[in-house]
Amino acid sequence: MARLNPTNIERAREVIARYPQPRSAMIPLLHLAQEQDGHITDDAKAHIAELVGVMPAEVHGVSTFYEMFKHEDVGRYLVGVCTNLSCMLLGADELLAHAEDKLGVKVGGTTPDGSFTLEQMQCLAACGGAPCIQVNYRYFENVTPERFDGVIAALSAGTDPEGQAVPPHGTLSRVSLPHPSTDADRERPQEIHS
Amino acid sequence: MTATARTSVVFARMGDPEAHQLDRYVATDGYEALRRALAMTPEQVHETVTTAQLTGRGGAGFGTGQKWSLLANTYPRYVVINGDESEPGTFKDRQIMERDPHQVIEGALITAYAVRATRVFLYVRGEMALAQERVGQALADAYAKGYAGDNILGSGWSMDVVLHWGAGAYVVGEETALLESLEGKRAFPRIKPPYFPAAKGLYQQPTVVNNVETVATIPWIIRNSGETYAALGAGRAPGTRIMCLSGHVNRPGNYEVEAANITFRDLLFDPSLGGGIRNGNQLKAFIPGGGSAPWFFEDQLDLPLDPGPVGAEGSMLGSGAVVVMDDTTCAVRAAWNLVRFYAHESCGQCTPCREGGSWLEKIMFRIEAGEGRLEDLDLLLDVGDTIAPGPFPHASWPEKGLAASPFPYKMTTICFVGPSAVVPMHSALTRFREEFVEHINHRGCPKGSAHR
Ligand SMILES: Cc1cc2nc3c(=O)[nH]c(=O)nc-3n(C[C@H](O)[C@H](O)[C@H](O)COP(=O)(O)O)c2cc1C
Ligand code: SF4
Ligand code: FES
Repeated sequence: MARLNPTNIERAREVIARYPQPRSAMIPLLHLAQEQDGHITDDAKAHIAELVGVMPAEVHGVSTFYEMFKHEDVGRYLVGVCTNLSCMLLGADELLAHAEDKLGVKVGGTTPDGSFTLEQMQCLAACGGAPCIQVNYRYFENVTPERFDGVIAALSAGTDPEGQAVPPHGTLSRVSLPHPSTDADRERPQEIHS
Repeated sequence: MTATARTSVVFARMGDPEAHQLDRYVATDGYEALRRALAMTPEQVHETVTTAQLTGRGGAGFGTGQKWSLLANTYPRYVVINGDESEPGTFKDRQIMERDPHQVIEGALITAYAVRATRVFLYVRGEMALAQERVGQALADAYAKGYAGDNILGSGWSMDVVLHWGAGAYVVGEETALLESLEGKRAFPRIKPPYFPAAKGLYQQPTVVNNVETVATIPWIIRNSGETYAALGAGRAPGTRIMCLSGHVNRPGNYEVEAANITFRDLLFDPSLGGGIRNGNQLKAFIPGGGSAPWFFEDQLDLPLDPGPVGAEGSMLGSGAVVVMDDTTCAVRAAWNLVRFYAHESCGQCTPCREGGSWLEKIMFRIEAGEGRLEDLDLLLDVGDTIAPGPFPHASWPEKGLAASPFPYKMTTICFVGPSAVVPMHSALTRFREEFVEHINHRGCPKGSAHR
């Protein structure tokens, strides 16, 4: 249960400044809160409500609409198996059954050591590499049961699966995004050929 | 297939694994179109895109130049780029954003200039971590080198581009839901009219929503002229487009083609494209334009990839996603898979979509699981009719004397998610009714599918 910490308040203010209306920062700020606490807490919702100027109930409504926001702890690695049509045609249902066996949990479950949470995903826009999985939203395509086991083994051993770094669940990109101008003239049409 | 049918416009840099770097982009004509556009008037840029006859690649296929001319004459006004790609079978926008993000930024800036926008938003799907990083880094680099932000390329024109990202919900891809989401709300599609983005869009201001592939095409058009682009391809939507090919083909992947110059047979079977059905199997069915497009079969293979003839034959090219099913596929299971998707993604605003979709899913599942009854087949059609009343589009079936019923359909819902749940059920039941009956009579799937 935590409000945003001072560093994250700074980051939140930067995000809010990118938008003409503070409320637009809602989803990015929920991601920030999830990075900080591992899931979305009531305190964070109240804090975000203050920061963007809405009621906490509205933040709650938004946070429950979008599937990436979690309301209780999940594993360090969120393993998502796509079972939409293109992946299903190439064995995704069987892959998901294998994943349940391998991890010893059903869809939605977390391994007792807190390492892995298994999810069933909708089409991940990787259908040419079916069947595919994501770990913390990083892609692995053309996944066989053997490759699946390899990815899990690498993550368990603390190494990068197939050479791809997978930061812990919730970690946001550290690319520093540009600051839009606050000049009021930008709200009007510009003429450079007169 | 004609020798020229593979032309790289959007995919010109795909051979270069470092094309996402600004210096690589600039070394291959990058930001040259922006420079040229800024030397023209906004009207001239708009005219060039209209001449190119570019159409939207997000699904609806609306003329891009035409869309831009519908903007209400007030300010501020916005450009929002739709990078939410999540229609089943579609995987082109992610590839463009990951591997050539500057092209998207350049196209978005040119769009903003042409429509006199006051700010640009790039909305990238939440689950695409790498695309967000690549687009974010590209944006930071473009600002640092004067390709975005203040006084772009010394022209006196300034434009801010804001990277925004989602958090997982298919319906966000619908343009008015996208705007709700960008306003920090749940992604409930808005009712049109009055909420056409061009009139009342983001923050109720005039807004252009364009797809990632659509705007990524624009730099090439500006560099090579609208006429040159329109001369590629043929039919109602000339130029090139990226076809996302998946399922039971030997060579799945994204292929940029002069769409109307090739047929589905070319796309599926040409050795440089799909390369034929896997294991030498027979084709059973294919979806020509994403999960929400009615299914096609062997009889439709010789149609060109042209929206006109495809629509007359009962389907659409939609998002350009072609999903191929061979004869080992259980039609009930495949259709149920898609019905489940659309039912799951209902935002819940419209009763026919919320209730009807989950009904369709339940009935389809019980048939697949061997617990269906023969009355279920009429029930499926009845429930479908509450969501999309009247004749429903389907392909012709010459052998049975069935004529095509053209696209689109009527609907009782705010957006297309509701009817999209009807599509796979209706296509499968129209063409493979005996498979449904077989499931019911044999109390299970003859192909013994796993049930998920
Ligand atoms: C349910 C639904 C989902 C959609 N998903 C997307 C999407 O993920 N990406 C996209 O560009 N367009 C999507 N569209 C189409 C958009 O509403 C809109 O037509 C498009 O972004 C406009 O850009 P364009 O004219 O360049 O195609 C979707 C439409 C519907 C009804
Ligand atoms: S059709 Fe479905 S998804 Fe679309 S607005 Fe209605 S309930 Fe929501
Ligand atoms: S169906 Fe699995 S990524 Fe599209």
